[in-house]
Amino acid sequence: MNVKRETTAKPAVMDTLEISEHQATVGHCFSDNAKMTMRNVNVFYGEKQAIFDVNVDIAKNEVIAMIGPSGCGKSTFLRSLNRMNDTVEGCRVEGDVRMDGEDLYAPKLDVVELRARVGMVFQKPNPFPKTIYDNVAYGPKIHGLADTRVDLDEIVENSLRKASLWEEVKERLHQSGTGLSGGQQQRLCIARAIAVSPEVILMDEPCSALDPIATAKIEELIEELSENFTIAIVTHSMQQAARVSHRTAYFHLGRLIEVNPTEQVFTMPEHDLTEAYITGRFG
Amino acid sequence: MNNSMTNLEKIRKSLSRRNRAEGLFRWAGRVAIFLGLMAVVVLFVDIIGKGHGAFRIAYIELDIDYDPEKIGIENLSDPQQLAGADWQALPKAALNKQFPGITSRGDKRSLYGLISNGAGYDLKDRLMANPLLLGDQERVWILTDDDIDTYYKSWLAGEPYAARLSDKQVEWIAELHEHGKIRLQFNANFFTRGDSREPEQAGIRGALVGSLFTLALTLIFSFPVGVAAAIYLEEFAPKNGWTDFIEVNINNLAAVPSIIFGLLGLAIFINFFHVPRSVPIVGGLVLTLMTLPTIIISSRAAIKSVPPSIREAALGMGASKYQMVLHHVLPLAMPGMLTGAIIGMAQALGESAPLLMIGMVAFIVDIPGGFSDPATVLPVQIFLWADSPERAFIEKTSAAIMVLLSFLIVMNASAVWLRKRLERRW
Ligand SMILES: Nc1ncnc2c1ncn2[C@@H]1O[C@H](COP(=O)(O)OP(=O)(O)OP(=O)(O)O)[C@@H](O)[C@H]1O
Ligand SMILES: [Mg+2]
Repeated sequence: MNVKRETTAKPAVMDTLEISEHQATVGHCFSDNAKMTMRNVNVFYGEKQAIFDVNVDIAKNEVIAMIGPSGCGKSTFLRSLNRMNDTVEGCRVEGDVRMDGEDLYAPKLDVVELRARVGMVFQKPNPFPKTIYDNVAYGPKIHGLADTRVDLDEIVENSLRKASLWEEVKERLHQSGTGLSGGQQQRLCIARAIAVSPEVILMDEPCSALDPIATAKIEELIEELSENFTIAIVTHSMQQAARVSHRTAYFHLGRLIEVNPTEQVFTMPEHDLTEAYITGRFG
Repeated sequence: MNNSMTNLEKIRKSLSRRNRAEGLFRWAGRVAIFLGLMAVVVLFVDIIGKGHGAFRIAYIELDIDYDPEKIGIENLSDPQQLAGADWQALPKAALNKQFPGITSRGDKRSLYGLISNGAGYDLKDRLMANPLLLGDQERVWILTDDDIDTYYKSWLAGEPYAARLSDKQVEWIAELHEHGKIRLQFNANFFTRGDSREPEQAGIRGALVGSLFTLALTLIFSFPVGVAAAIYLEEFAPKNGWTDFIEVNINNLAAVPSIIFGLLGLAIFINFFHVPRSVPIVGGLVLTLMTLPTIIISSRAAIKSVPPSIREAALGMGASKYQMVLHHVLPLAMPGMLTGAIIGMAQALGESAPLLMIGMVAFIVDIPGGFSDPATVLPVQIFLWADSPERAFIEKTSAAIMVLLSFLIVMNASAVWLRKRLERRW
């Protein structure tokens, strides 16, 4: 059965490109070394379905980029990986989402523990209106990761170093985190996320509010972080996806169209919709 | 373009019209602020003009002879003797000495009417504080009767009001004045004593302490409950018909006339739970009912204004909902909540109607020592004094209003200070 669409309002390319409801995602969706797996995942906001039947694996220590036109469900997809969708009134997730084989939507699973294992960095830098130190120390504190003040100091320093922010802020750890520049704030948020040593880090357009220099710093950082963490990043910049990710997933109107190694997606995409998007025919 | 006017000309033309409108608007604003300020100034000038006199009161200087025989006491530590003693005899004897040769009963009554009938007890206090005075003599400034005080003040101001004085009394006062034996002194009694039927002995302390106790209880009851209710409704309650219903009713509650809360308090706390009447506990409970909606509504607004990004950040870090609220939402919302609480407290401080219903309008002389002692509050005291026939209570009423307003100003100032401090923490 075909999705009903009004042809007149769409760009010409849409006439020729059809999305079938049962059409499987093309490319390399699955992995032998999967950290997270999603099977037949559907997400609804009330009556409205935002994600249709997504099947994909995220491999250990890979960086996977999500691209696609605005409103296609990238954020929704990302937020279903750490159950941040729970906080949205009326949002419902169906299907099977697992991390290391463990069902993330099982009734007995504790989201607090899940979110300690799957960290998140948001589109807009959102440091707490507290000191830089307290921002980074917050996660370890609530999860009881540091036994002594010395341990905590060490975690804070290491996290800030990994987020390549230490040199810039070591003199003013006890000043407000909101007094930093936008790029510094975003790196602070990354430091905050990695302070609890999560296994997976989700990033939703982490550079969209930053200038090119700050963006370059964060991209460099993502590359370094990928040695220790599994990273899923949503981005609107195809160059960024090309620079930082190993695999790229293309979403369209709530469907996962194609997942392939990044190089392939940007040189010879398998699906016509992907090609249309990366060549700038719509988006 | 075919039009005779270019776009630029059109814009210029509309510009002058817009500027005129803006100027008019600014003027309207200034006039409004001026009127508001004038109202405040008139209020203050009137109240201070009427009330400042109450802070000074007339005293007469007399030679007191602590003659044990006259008082009828030998041993100051014998409670029975103390109870039977005639303390007023001391100033009376001194008056006789000051104005010798007065024999007729009417004149004597006039003479003794110069001083407050509490003057003897003031002397007793002096004697008890310094027992060595017994049998000795001392020159003391003695408190005058309120009619004398009123007359003396009006006489000093050049408009003597002698309606309640005898001709003799007028003469005596003139004589005392000539010898510098009558003068206005700071009225310490006003700040250290409770209410009294005698205006010269009446003080604001009882009502002030009563207000403090009542407000403290109101704050203790209403702030935690209000904040907890607001947090629950905003953060935890499911959004359904029930919560809508509750929300509507909280708003309704805020609009209920305060006297109804008084009736409710009478029915529930006094008649059902048998809390004693006239005490700060029941006053605090009634005012809690009244301030709760205000606190809940302003706390909810404060919680709503916390940016969602902070909540997401906290939840994303693995904070539980409770931790998110406690660590992030509450500190950020606290200044707004405090503002709401202070507005509620200020309303409660000025409220008298519901307290009349629960007996806090009683005439209470003793200064309350705790939450369960009978007490009255400042606005009720103002009401009581304003209702009294004695002329001296007019200035006392205005003075009490000044105390109430100062209380309010102190409260608001401390709220502003507290808010500044809380905001500076980050
Ligand atoms: N809280 C919500 N309530 C209802 N619908 C929502 C909500 N959040 C998102 N949606 C809808 O779900 C669909 C997917 O949204 P999503 O935010 O995942 O898109 P996105 O790909 O992240 O877009 P963008 O690139 O603009 O961030 C959109 O149609 C959006 O309108
Ligand atoms: Mg998004």
